[in-house]
Amino acid sequence: MKMIHSLFLINCSGDIFLEKHWKSVVSQSVCDYFFEAQEKAADVENVPPVISTPHHYLISIYRDKLFFVSVIQTEVPPLFVIEFLHRVADTFQDYFGECSEAAIKDNVVIVYELLEEMLDNGFPLATESNILKELIKPPTILRSVVNSITGSSNVGDTLPTGQLSNIPWRRAGVKYTNNEAYFDVVEEIDAIIDKSGSTVFAEIQGVIDACIKLSGMPDLSLSFMNPRLLDDVSFHPCIRFKRWESERVLSFIPPDGNFRLISYRVSSQNLVAIPVYVKHSISFKENSSCGRFDVTIGPKQNMGKTIEGVTVTVHMPKVVLNMNLTPTQGSYTFDPVTKVLTWDVGKITPQKLPSLKGLVNLQSGAPKPEENPSLNIQFKIQQLAISGLKVNRLDMYGEKYKPFKGVKYVTKAGKFQVRT
Amino acid sequence: MSSNSFAYNEQSGGGEATELGQEATSTISPSGAFGLFSSDLKKNEDLKQMLESNKDSAKLDAMKRIVGMIAKGKNASELFPAVVKNVASKNIEIKKLVYVYLVRYAEEQQDLALLSISTFQRALKDPNQLIRASALRVLSSIRVPIIVPIMMLAIKEAAADLSPYVRKNAAHAIQKLYSLDPEQKEMLIEVIEKLLKDKSILVAGSVVMAFEEVCPDRIDLIHKNYRKLCNLLVDVEEWGQVVIIHMLTRYARTQFVSPWREDDGLEDNEKSFYDSDDEQKEKTDKRKKPYTMDPDHRLLIRNTKPLLQSRNAAVVMAVAQLYWHISPKSEAGIISKSLVRLLRSNREVQYIVLQNIATMSIQRKGMFEPYLKSFYVRSTDPTMIKTLKLEILTNLANEANISTLLREFQTYVKSQDKQFAAATIQTIGRCAANISEVTDTCLSGLVCLLSNRDEIVVAESVVVIKKLLQMQPAQHGEIIKHMAKLLDSITVPVARASILWLIGENCERVPKIAPDVLRKMAKSFTSEDDLVKLQILNLGAKLYLTNSKQTKLLTQYILNLGKYDQNYDIRDRTRFIRQLIVPNEKSGALSKYAKKIFLAQKPAPLLESPFKDRDHFQLGTLSHTLNAKAAGYLELSNWPEVAPDPSVRNVEVIDLAKEWTPAGKAKNENPTKKFYSESEEEEDSSDSSSDSGSESGSESGEEDEEGDSSEDSSEDSSSEPESESGRQSDTENRRVAKRNSKTKGKGDSKDEKKENEKSKTSDSSNAESSSVEESSSDSESESESESESESRKVTKEKEKKTKQDRNRLATDVSLLDLDDCQYSCLCANENSCAASSNEWKRTSCPLFLSKTALYFW
Repeated sequence: MKMIHSLFLINCSGDIFLEKHWKSVVSQSVCDYFFEAQEKAADVENVPPVISTPHHYLISIYRDKLFFVSVIQTEVPPLFVIEFLHRVADTFQDYFGECSEAAIKDNVVIVYELLEEMLDNGFPLATESNILKELIKPPTILRSVVNSITGSSNVGDTLPTGQLSNIPWRRAGVKYTNNEAYFDVVEEIDAIIDKSGSTVFAEIQGVIDACIKLSGMPDLSLSFMNPRLLDDVSFHPCIRFKRWESERVLSFIPPDGNFRLISYRVSSQNLVAIPVYVKHSISFKENSSCGRFDVTIGPKQNMGKTIEGVTVTVHMPKVVLNMNLTPTQGSYTFDPVTKVLTWDVGKITPQKLPSLKGLVNLQSGAPKPEENPSLNIQFKIQQLAISGLKVNRLDMYGEKYKPFKGVKYVTKAGKFQVRT
Repeated sequence: MSSNSFAYNEQSGGGEATELGQEATSTISPSGAFGLFSSDLKKNEDLKQMLESNKDSAKLDAMKRIVGMIAKGKNASELFPAVVKNVASKNIEIKKLVYVYLVRYAEEQQDLALLSISTFQRALKDPNQLIRASALRVLSSIRVPIIVPIMMLAIKEAAADLSPYVRKNAAHAIQKLYSLDPEQKEMLIEVIEKLLKDKSILVAGSVVMAFEEVCPDRIDLIHKNYRKLCNLLVDVEEWGQVVIIHMLTRYARTQFVSPWREDDGLEDNEKSFYDSDDEQKEKTDKRKKPYTMDPDHRLLIRNTKPLLQSRNAAVVMAVAQLYWHISPKSEAGIISKSLVRLLRSNREVQYIVLQNIATMSIQRKGMFEPYLKSFYVRSTDPTMIKTLKLEILTNLANEANISTLLREFQTYVKSQDKQFAAATIQTIGRCAANISEVTDTCLSGLVCLLSNRDEIVVAESVVVIKKLLQMQPAQHGEIIKHMAKLLDSITVPVARASILWLIGENCERVPKIAPDVLRKMAKSFTSEDDLVKLQILNLGAKLYLTNSKQTKLLTQYILNLGKYDQNYDIRDRTRFIRQLIVPNEKSGALSKYAKKIFLAQKPAPLLESPFKDRDHFQLGTLSHTLNAKAAGYLELSNWPEVAPDPSVRNVEVIDLAKEWTPAGKAKNENPTKKFYSESEEEEDSSDSSSDSGSESGSESGEEDEEGDSSEDSSEDSSSEPESESGRQSDTENRRVAKRNSKTKGKGDSKDEKKENEKSKTSDSSNAESSSVEESSSDSESESESESESESRKVTKEKEKKTKQDRNRLATDVSLLDLDDCQYSCLCANENSCAASSNEWKRTSCPLFLSKTALYFW
């Protein structure tokens, strides 16, 4: 297992704008195989993540309009590479606020230093954000000014304490004047609703994202009112697995800063409440160049909470030329090139249900579309975890101060699709 | 060479015209092509000057620009002499960037690179472990063969370094040296052997990596470290876990006997019934000599299980493949839930995971059946994901779910993504072939699709119907007639060819239509695709043999057309057919059998999954994804018939005993010991329960019940109007105020409890007492403490108490404060002496102790 040999970053227009080699240099021309595959795939989403070339294997990910293409020479678990590349992208995001071509080009030296630390001879060395930040400080305006005056550097000269301890995810010597711990319980509903409005498939997936700003070495335990709802859970490495197994309590020494504590799936026995319903009638007339489009959206099982941030996205068939619609609420756009209709609805008020009605212009002479398009729906409900999950309490041991603690609940639509 | 570099510097110092600079460059970079980059050269001149300057800031700027050039893939090799001089810079950032440069270009500039070596050799002795480690990293990354002996020496020394971080880097360096000079293998193996004994979690992953690279066949080196690796696994960093798990999978397949019973494969579905029963029963069921699992085999399976919960998809997949390849088949079921969870991840992860599920689902349908709906396709999925999901749905189809699935497929067929619609039709065909109950339904559904407006859909349907009809030689005259009509409208060659073949094959069933079709085809012959032409020839031949009266002339006409076709395949086939079917004086013995040859009963095609038999590749590997052996793929061996001697894994007890008792430190370390050891101990006890075969919820039943009741009560009490958690902080303050008084009250009541439960470690009691004390707001206190005491009862059973701990059990109140102090002092400790922190971990691992004890008594 030689792991990752080289990495190329490629933008959407096919320019290789960064390369890094951890062993001997591999020529850029290896990317030609990738471009070939990209051309064949037509769509960026369909570029195969693993490509075999005569002398190398290319494993790539697509993130934020960029391709991360890694060159591999020998057998390696593909997920290992994929997961690592995503971790690299996450790190860039963490350091520069965004993972874009511009941000990477502007910070090319830091990018290089990061890549150097993250991988040694193609094998991951330090991937924990807490460790990396001790080694290489993220860029800030203030720091760059100070550095240019004092001549100090962005690079740490001692080994990050995390590297050696049993808790590599936490850096030492953390100090805050205000000690705070926030938890966001975010649940997403994945669903497929069929034509008649009945649920084909629905599932709740959730995550708890934490933002912990606590001094010292706090040892936290988070308990739930109803932990049995959580059917399948994956943990941040900081969580003590056995404690969860035996008591259903999340006990951990947290990393400093933002991180994902757990992600979970709610057991499938529980019926999933679907907070919205959609009435739709989309029809295309035979042998005519127009069709009708009529969609109304309304609340259902929303636990008395407001549904907001509603957007409806529809990939219209290729023969659709244009759409003339009138929304009773919000605004809509139709992109004639990608054929994507987006209706930004906003908040749903039960008194007056938002609807979008009008005519669809079709390419004349073309056969009418075989199938009606699916509606993809986005929404958000604040202060509600749709599964009913509730955090019971958060206790802190190991430090004397009293932290400020907060929990927030949000429910969102995940992959929420209505077939028409 | 060094004189050269001096001369070069003078030139640049003199700031002469680019001409001279070019001359110097050409000696260094043989690639040349400098004419094109004259502007670059000018720029590089000023970079050189900056590097010469006395100011660190200028140097840093220059290095940053150079790194920018490297990143863009521009050639910066001509700056080598100027850069290499800064290798000893005091500024750590400059130094790091110089390292980056060196590693990139040292291979091209070997002689100059040697100049830097002494700096690294000095840095290897630096008191700062980070500097030692990074010096080793760079030194070993410089791919210059001359320094092999120096590298070897450095690795040997670093492998004995006090800092585990440096030792980790030594493990990485092993692989680098090996690829530079494979001759060093024997020496390197010695170092690997030594590092494998290392007990630091930092080193474990890296050294196993080196082992896999250098000497994967030296399984004997693993024996003594096997149990240690199993026990460390949970704490190793994620990437190391993946490597270790893959290695241990291979190891297990060579060292243990198969846990799979012969009848396993047949009774996939019934297995779930056995699950709940204990293993004893399974064993006695066996006809042959009863199978007992090697405790070491069990240890591996048990210790990897928690990692299914990892956030890292690669780790989850690694555990999944371990279960697939080495666990008893009845236990592999637990991996499906985790794999399905990964499907929520990004498309790349989905792609790989779906591929692996596809392979698994062919062999063991039952594993993924409960998750059928998770594989339903969304219109927003990329096509490659859609087709994989379809593949899995097909594998999972059975009599019970086929009607639901067919309804789902109906939606897919209409998809705008035509490639996917075509794949769905293939799928329906496969389902029809595999499940005889629905063959007719599917067939009629497919016939309906023949009137679809989309050509691709129709073409695919024709091809699939052809295959299905071929499998069922029953009367399907109607369908064939229907298809014959389609010939007028369909243009896709494969579909036309399929229809013609079908008519030819069944020409006696449709005696009126067949000749007419041939007539039409004769008309359009010249404009048809080659594929269709071949089938026209076939059709003609078959009709000639069965119905020569009507078709003799037509066939001869077609044969004449074929004779002068541009394609030699068609000319060839024409010649062949003519000789075979048209009797003449030259025709050989074969023409007698022409009818038998053309109208023989043809075997129906087998509609199979492309993922069949893919599991001869280890799951989760690159080779599995590509379905081809990748370079460096390590074959998974078959289970041995007879288990090799298990005693090779025993470790001398004395050795370990020494390390367990760092008596002096014990007191300070206790707090850490608590939470890690606690978990380990529980692991120990849950071991026994999972040993007995119970899969889900590895806790004992009694605890489950208790947990239930306590949870119910707490839920009731918490249904107060205010949302508790949101305002925790408010109530918290109040609690603080009450704290002191409460502590006393509680403490008293607790003392009583304490007496009841005679044995308890002081540590956990600390934690609990503080939690009770903090948590109990008046409304909740009752239920809280109830559950508390209950859980304590359980832990009591689990925990073994040490003498030391018992001594430390003083009054509760004072312990509380003490607890805090211990924590903070622990933290300080942990950070300062990192090396020993790993030591504690080992010492605080009673599992380790009890295990070895088990093996020796």
